[in-house]
Amino acid sequence: MSEILLSVRGLSTHFLTQGGVVRAVDDVSFDIRRGETFALLGESGCGKSMTSLSIMRLVPEPAGRIVAGEIHLDGQNLMDLPEAGMRRIRGNRIAMIFQEPMTSLNPVLTIGEQIAETVRQHRRLDGAAARGVVLDLLDAVGIPDPRQRYGEYPHQLSGGMKQRVMIAIALAGEPDLLIADEPTTALDVTIQAQVLALLGDLQKQTGMAVLLITHDLGVVAGMADSVAVMYAGQIIERAGKEAFFRDPRHPYSRKLFDSLPDVGKRGHQLAVIHGAVPSLAREFKGCRFAERCDEAWDLCHEQAPRWYDQEGGRQVRCHLLDPTLAARRPASHAAPRDGTGQAQPCREHGQAPLLEVENIKVHFPIRKGLLKRTVGHVYAVDGVNLSIARGRTVALVGESGCGKTTIGKAILQLIRPSAGSVRFEGDELTRLRGEALRRRRSDFQIIFQDPFSSMNPRMMIDEIIQEGMVALGIEKDAAARRSRVEELLDHVGLPREARHRYPHEFSGGQRQRICIARTLAVRPKLIVCDEPTSALDISVQAQILNLLKQLQNELGLSYLFITHNLSVVGYLADEVAVMYLGRVVEYGTVQEVLEQPRHPYTQALLSAIPVIDQTTRREVIRLEGDLPSPSSPPSGCHFHTRCPHAMPVCSQRYPQSTALSDTHRAHCFLYGDEE
Amino acid sequence: MRTWLATGILVAWAVMAVAGAWLPLAPDAIDLTRILAPPGSGSPLGYDDLGRPLLDRLVSGARYSLLVAVMVVSISLLLGTFIGAMSAYVGGWLDHLTVRVIDIFLAFPGILLAIALAGLMGPGIDNVIIALSIVGWVGFARLARAQVLALREREHVQAAVALGTRRLRIVSRHLLPLISAPLIVEATFAIAGIVIAEAGLSFLGLGIQPPTPSWGSMIREGTRYMLVSPHMVLVPGLALMLVVLAVNMMGDRLRDRLDVRRERAGVRG
Repeated sequence: MSEILLSVRGLSTHFLTQGGVVRAVDDVSFDIRRGETFALLGESGCGKSMTSLSIMRLVPEPAGRIVAGEIHLDGQNLMDLPEAGMRRIRGNRIAMIFQEPMTSLNPVLTIGEQIAETVRQHRRLDGAAARGVVLDLLDAVGIPDPRQRYGEYPHQLSGGMKQRVMIAIALAGEPDLLIADEPTTALDVTIQAQVLALLGDLQKQTGMAVLLITHDLGVVAGMADSVAVMYAGQIIERAGKEAFFRDPRHPYSRKLFDSLPDVGKRGHQLAVIHGAVPSLAREFKGCRFAERCDEAWDLCHEQAPRWYDQEGGRQVRCHLLDPTLAARRPASHAAPRDGTGQAQPCREHGQAPLLEVENIKVHFPIRKGLLKRTVGHVYAVDGVNLSIARGRTVALVGESGCGKTTIGKAILQLIRPSAGSVRFEGDELTRLRGEALRRRRSDFQIIFQDPFSSMNPRMMIDEIIQEGMVALGIEKDAAARRSRVEELLDHVGLPREARHRYPHEFSGGQRQRICIARTLAVRPKLIVCDEPTSALDISVQAQILNLLKQLQNELGLSYLFITHNLSVVGYLADEVAVMYLGRVVEYGTVQEVLEQPRHPYTQALLSAIPVIDQTTRREVIRLEGDLPSPSSPPSGCHFHTRCPHAMPVCSQRYPQSTALSDTHRAHCFLYGDEE
Repeated sequence: MRTWLATGILVAWAVMAVAGAWLPLAPDAIDLTRILAPPGSGSPLGYDDLGRPLLDRLVSGARYSLLVAVMVVSISLLLGTFIGAMSAYVGGWLDHLTVRVIDIFLAFPGILLAIALAGLMGPGIDNVIIALSIVGWVGFARLARAQVLALREREHVQAAVALGTRRLRIVSRHLLPLISAPLIVEATFAIAGIVIAEAGLSFLGLGIQPPTPSWGSMIREGTRYMLVSPHMVLVPGLALMLVVLAVNMMGDRLRDRLDVRRERAGVRG
């Protein structure tokens, strides 16, 4: 048996579209050794999913076609196999799990039945024997009470549980290679930690190799043995994990690290990669990254770099690593154009708060039956206090379903709170109705997560940005409005010609800039940013975060920043509120919460984030189970069902707020209960 | 090819309807010597039981079928979309009320209701249009309501609310343009239905009154002589069938064209 399990050589997959040939995968080669985890890292649209589909020979035909290359599994070229032979490989030798566990399972079959199907197919077992294997598999992937779960349907399981079922199906054929395509991207951090740990354990037990496809450097750091970085359809750097994280060599890899937000970069601008990933529909002459590279010179645009072998088996595709070529590089390019310098002055405003939220509650009634009687409530937000000062950023952190988006909408009165008060500059917003509320809306605005659905596809950018000005009568004169639109486009870094185009002509990052321009048009004082960067790639995320920070400095804006990404919080926020199931469990300044988290949930949340820094190893506090349903929250402290420090009192009473310092508060009995 | 044929038929229908007013037609001229004369003898399509030329009657009748179809569909489309969109966007008791009204209308066979209304109001072209519109808006209202319900929670609508945009403008700028595609397709199919409904009412004597020709009343007059001179039924019957077929083909085509899912072809990364 050879050391190399899978060897891909010169793989090219093309797509025929109306816009011409798209070279989704272009001359990609790599080897995966037995039992190792090989990470394919790249931003969206770089061809990493297509690479994995090509290995399985599952490229959607007839539009897509593998035009060249060889894929050897244990010395056998998969490209020579007939479709029937390939079917024996899939599931048996190579299995796959996908990003979306919600749509990967058949909703009308029980999960036991779906796993049994694979078992029958690949292990030639029937009836009771197959059932026994399924129960073992369910047990192996850590699903509690397998006998009970066997007969349940996918909708009865949470996202993390569904992903475990997907893994069980993949394992049913005892594969040599598991392709995991963004296996945890759709999951929350604490669930992600569970699933990644499970994958690691299973790999140790079965000795299978894993091809991990991801855009998340943190996941790579935690899981991989070796790394390949993909950019615009090609692999541009290959290295062992330690070497890669210690010292990335390709300018693109280096920029990816620099553009990650974290606490250490506070007060500095993040390094950005200009522009966006190039379209794969065009022919490339030089290096694919040359247009966005700060260190590129003439040669880079003309000649594609070859592979340069480095020590320890690492390979990089960049002219800079050729000493003779790099020596001929013009001197003017020696210094990078865009540094990480430019420290921003840190402002401290000590005025009265701009926004004060007191004991806000949002309960959605659950109606059932013919007469639509209310049979219960979803306690989306259940008594939250917040206050935001002028020019400050408060981050609201929590996992999906904890009610953070609902709070944002309730503050803006897009959803009317069921109880509590929202005071903006002293005015009670919950009492404003109709016209009075409409007039007030210019002061507080919102930026949404999905830049694709947050603009009307039938409206031109000009009209989109003018909408608020027209509605609120901010600029009465059409010419004045037009010049203001141009000013705003300048401000958010878009060309003025953008005015006459439609939203679908822009990339995700550009659309998010347009959304920012639209909110700025009405001169708001507070902007609720609802996960504004979570739909964007890392390099584009840095551009948007820089813009938000710059606008705050120039215009003195206040942000309520809603996110699940704690590294963004560390970079951008002044204060943090951590939410769990509709309640804030801990509140404090960024330093207090991120460096000395006191509430057990905050501690678990922080420890679950995969770390990139290879020198610091943390103990992950693994939370058991899933987020309980907000329609029947646990009694007492909502967290007691998953808390490692739970005490009898936790299930009886909800802990009052305990002041840990002037600014730091937590709701936990571990620190006493002041009332 | 399919579109081609359908377009040809529809253009011929429209030309007949519009130009009919200026052509030297004599739909009411009685020639007792040619009673029930078959096609080819004097008039290309033959004569009816009173000796009136069928070609002239067919061309004049086209005007009324087109007029009724266009009027009824326009009125139902405007009324139904407005009611449906407003009901879904405003919500609350208004929406409950609208849904109940729509349910009641749908529970009642549409053509029966139209017959009852036309019978009540008395025959005549304007009453046909009113009767069919009262039945017709329901389908559009239901469709518009469902579409708006799906769109209402979209983020660009929320953003417009946050920007202080007025309700009417949100409906007209953010909702209606996005629901127009399915409504237009529905409208094309409705035209075919209305042409048949009008013919049906006229067949029952509740629509266009004699001696004014209409395709439905021509079929009714022909039924009595179906065995001796089938051309009296066949001529308007075939015309009606071709128009309905053509409109439906156009509707299918339009639905394919306006379906956004066909435009999206992305590459997964």
